[in-house]
Amino acid sequence: MSVRSIAIAFAVTTMVSLSGSHAASEGFGDLGSPAEGFSVPRPGLLFRFPADHGPHPDFRIEWWYLTANLEAPDGTQYGAQWTLFRSALAPGEAREWSSPQLWMGHAAVTSSKDHFVSERMSRGGVGQAGVVAEPFSAWIDDWQMKGQAAPGADQLADLSLSATAEEFGYELRLSATGPLVPQGDNGYSLKSAKGQASYYYSQPFYAVTGSLSLPAGNVEVTGKAWLDREWSSQPLAEDQIGWDWFSLHLDTGEKLMGFRLRDEGEGYTSATWVTADGRPDPLPAAALKIVPVRTAKVAGRQIPVSWNVRIPSRGFDVTTQPLNDHAWMSTSVPYWEGPIVFDGSVSGRGYLEMTGY
Amino acid sequence: MKMWTAATALLSHWRRRPLQLGTLLSGLALATALWTGVQAINAEARASYSRAAAVLDQNGLANLVSPNGSPIPQSAFVRLRRAGWNVSPVLEGDYRFGVTRLKVIGIEPLTMPAQTNTVDLGIGGDLLSFITPPGMLVVSPATAEKLRGQTDLALRISDRMLDGAAFIDIGMAQRLLRREGELSRIVIAENQRSGLEPLEKVVPTLSVREPNAETDVEHLTESFHLNLTAFGFLAFAVGLFIVYSTIGLAFEQRRPTFRTLRCLGVSLRALAVLLLAELVFFALSAGAVGVAIGYLVASLLLPGVAATLEGLYGASVPGTLSLRPEWWISGFAIAVAGTLVSSAQSMLRLTRVPLLAAAQPQTWGRSWQAGRRFQVLAAAVLLALSGTLLLWAEGLAAGFAILGCLLLGASLLLPTVLSGFFTVMQRTSSCALVRWFWADARQQLPGLSLALMALLLALAANVGVGTMVSSFRLTFVGWLDQRLAAELYVAARNEGEADRLRTWLATKVDSLLPISSVDAEIRGQPMQIFGVVDDPTYRKHWPLIIGMPDVWDRVASGQGVLVNEQFWRRDQLRIGDQLELAGDWRAAVVGVYSDYGNPKGQVIAGLNALTSRYPQVSRLRYGLRIQPDQVADLRSRLSDEFGLPPGNVVDQAALKEQSRRIFDRTFLVTGALNIFTLGVAALAMFSSLFTLSEMRLPQLAPVWALGVTRRDLALLEVLRTLVLWLATFIAALPLGLALAWVLLAVVNVEAFGWRLPMYIFPYEWIRLGLVALAAAVVSALIPLRRLTGLAPSELLKVFANER
Repeated sequence: MSVRSIAIAFAVTTMVSLSGSHAASEGFGDLGSPAEGFSVPRPGLLFRFPADHGPHPDFRIEWWYLTANLEAPDGTQYGAQWTLFRSALAPGEAREWSSPQLWMGHAAVTSSKDHFVSERMSRGGVGQAGVVAEPFSAWIDDWQMKGQAAPGADQLADLSLSATAEEFGYELRLSATGPLVPQGDNGYSLKSAKGQASYYYSQPFYAVTGSLSLPAGNVEVTGKAWLDREWSSQPLAEDQIGWDWFSLHLDTGEKLMGFRLRDEGEGYTSATWVTADGRPDPLPAAALKIVPVRTAKVAGRQIPVSWNVRIPSRGFDVTTQPLNDHAWMSTSVPYWEGPIVFDGSVSGRGYLEMTGY
Repeated sequence: MKMWTAATALLSHWRRRPLQLGTLLSGLALATALWTGVQAINAEARASYSRAAAVLDQNGLANLVSPNGSPIPQSAFVRLRRAGWNVSPVLEGDYRFGVTRLKVIGIEPLTMPAQTNTVDLGIGGDLLSFITPPGMLVVSPATAEKLRGQTDLALRISDRMLDGAAFIDIGMAQRLLRREGELSRIVIAENQRSGLEPLEKVVPTLSVREPNAETDVEHLTESFHLNLTAFGFLAFAVGLFIVYSTIGLAFEQRRPTFRTLRCLGVSLRALAVLLLAELVFFALSAGAVGVAIGYLVASLLLPGVAATLEGLYGASVPGTLSLRPEWWISGFAIAVAGTLVSSAQSMLRLTRVPLLAAAQPQTWGRSWQAGRRFQVLAAAVLLALSGTLLLWAEGLAAGFAILGCLLLGASLLLPTVLSGFFTVMQRTSSCALVRWFWADARQQLPGLSLALMALLLALAANVGVGTMVSSFRLTFVGWLDQRLAAELYVAARNEGEADRLRTWLATKVDSLLPISSVDAEIRGQPMQIFGVVDDPTYRKHWPLIIGMPDVWDRVASGQGVLVNEQFWRRDQLRIGDQLELAGDWRAAVVGVYSDYGNPKGQVIAGLNALTSRYPQVSRLRYGLRIQPDQVADLRSRLSDEFGLPPGNVVDQAALKEQSRRIFDRTFLVTGALNIFTLGVAALAMFSSLFTLSEMRLPQLAPVWALGVTRRDLALLEVLRTLVLWLATFIAALPLGLALAWVLLAVVNVEAFGWRLPMYIFPYEWIRLGLVALAAAVVSALIPLRRLTGLAPSELLKVFANER
């Protein structure tokens, strides 16, 4: 009973959005149809907090996705990732082992030289992994994202975050300096012209302090972090094979979330401009243009690691460079995820995720 | 070229004496065959044990277990995971799918460590159907065959699965076994991150059970394999006697050839190399035949061995044999090694004897006298050691050491005893011919002693093992009669049916005896606790070894429990000892019952006491007491009323028949090996007599010259063979009985945990005696035919030539 087969099973049921094309082709058959009793995102719903910080077991997939751009006192750059995925074999929750929910955790630390990755898997229902909305806590095994805010306050405003694996670990403290930001149409994020969508909100305003423990020793770090919350049941259209996703902290204090879902043709792009005080400005479809600048051979495939990202309507035109070309997530469903810096009309730092290569 | 000529000269000896060559090769091949056969069986069994280990014990990973055997709450697993420990939960138990009882192993595939990849659930769909209701059983092909129609669960067949066991999702296992929220153990993966909180802090009530180098099954079956190996070795040793005597003869007879070759300029070194090459060639070719026969023997015996292991230990071994290098290489190795060892003396003599010295076989006799004193001394030491071990040593190894010392000591003593006997007979007779007869018998002893020792060993092993098996059978059959007192045994397919069955049966039977059991860990050993109702059946029939006078009252009241003999002996329990059964359940041992054929400990408690601690205990099986003439009627009504399949309703007679069949199959192997060993011993006897007859001309010629006819000489030869055989057989009887006693009172107690009374079966001895006699007569016939057909001129030549 190999971990690999389990992972692939996990991929087939859930991680379609992250997975390579072959898994996607297997999985789309299921995910293309809204049937099987899963709920489907509809426009016009308002988020209810803190309840929506917790899991939505009637939807097929969901994640709590945190990326942090960090810096040591000597200026060395690092990136850190902490993700908890939820995947439902059937809608709803049940007691103990009967729970149809599966959980998967990914943690990573990236420097210019190294990229450490670890993965955890768990069944729902018994308490090995899960998310509680208030007081907020998301965990799998000993990896944990825990709310430190007082009851009644925004549960995601203040978080402690930890993950430890055999090679590396980290303990971070995250404090939000701005509000939660709904993506897309007030939280309804379209993923294709055919209407596939997800519920999607972010907290892009975290200030981070903490420490990384690496094979060479412990490193104190500070920096910025971005949390994405997203759930859906049929996030991709049939012909979509992967995505390129950017979360950018502009030096002006503004934020930009943009993605392109790749298909046979032009692809589907979407972006949200966030002002420094946290007001989202969803851009029309196709407002975002991205073009690969440089590819690198990573894990045996050509990956576009440097990009030209443009939003002509806003005069935004930057080129991104990765901290480490080889930020390859060698997890059961492999993908590229790593910190980037950008320069051009404005400079800043951020994270890039690329799937389906 | 010169070497080649020398080689052909040496080899021509075998062309002139094909019978001798045949004896040598067949002795060696037979010895190798038995050795290889036994090794092949052992290798097959061991391979299946390690497969069992992979399935059942997660390939030697450490486990967290509950020290008092109580179930582990699932929260302990979650606590460990949340503390960062890489662990995985397991729940095990027995479950009946219809008539098929399976060891159900509930696992959690997402956390199960990677090194336990016993069964690959495959991609996607299978994992999902494994963890999603209604669930899936992963079973061996044979188990799947048995399960057809017995369960609604999906079956996935895996060749790597053990017969009689099934993997199932932990959640399904908890529901099937009615143990929700409980675990039997928690597997600890090998790779753990550093800086973890210590286990004793995270889960203070659990203890770590380190992986055993050997599994339970391996431990339990150790005695059985030791037994087989001992038999194999015995047969091989007997086989080597043949090789030894044949090679000795061939060297002796070729001495003139050696002399000639040396005189023609072949160096001693070249001669030695040639002879060595010849021996190795013989060893390899006989070894090849031996390995082939061994494979045949093993594949004939393996189904029996598999049945034995299944019946005695519940160990599952396939009935088919695969060619494993560990045994066929060992077969060749031992053939070559054995040949070299048994020819060492002859080779040594070759290098020592002066080039031109004449051969003097008679001098063997004198040097033998000196050797015999040493033999007697060694025999005395061995027998004393055997006695000492018997009094003071413990354990299975000690048991076999006692056996070994006893057998070896006694066989070393044999030539001296026989020689003494012949001396006495010689002195008491007055007729010259009779005196010569005895003296000549004694004179033959040096050459025959090895063969006689082999015969003694084989006969004693036959008597001993035969007595043991027959005693066991007699006891077992009597015990079955007591134990299987109910007339009819019935098993419901589910609890609902069991309820209806109880109500329906209440008015139709004299008494209804529920057969309920739970798996528990008592004193660190896995065992079953049975619950019994208070019923005259038990009071009258249950085979108690010892017990308090009011034992059944105490069991019924829940104060006391009965333990089986093997548990009682292994843990040296005493009546009145308190046992910690589960959680806070403690009860006194009030009696001990015999429980043959069960490798594990067992406890019997009052049914009420059991169900109050284990409310979820299965109540599917019942023994029914009815008038014997109603059995057939009730049987058919049961199947009409409930549609129970035939396997779910078993009558006493059928059950007894089945048990007896298993028993007999169990000892089939022992019987077969016994016969093989005897066969080899007979061959040894034959080859020795044959060897001697070639050398005996110088002894016989003078007697012939004094007027004894060749016919009378031949008659005397037969008589002498019979006397030797009879003397050895008589010596083998007490030795065999001693062997049986050690097997029953020492080895069985250590190996199985039960002690059996010894019964004596003289008819079996007579049968064995006749078989051995036939072997002796046959072995004497060929040499005899040579003697009667000998031309007088040959006898005369003895006086003309030196040789």
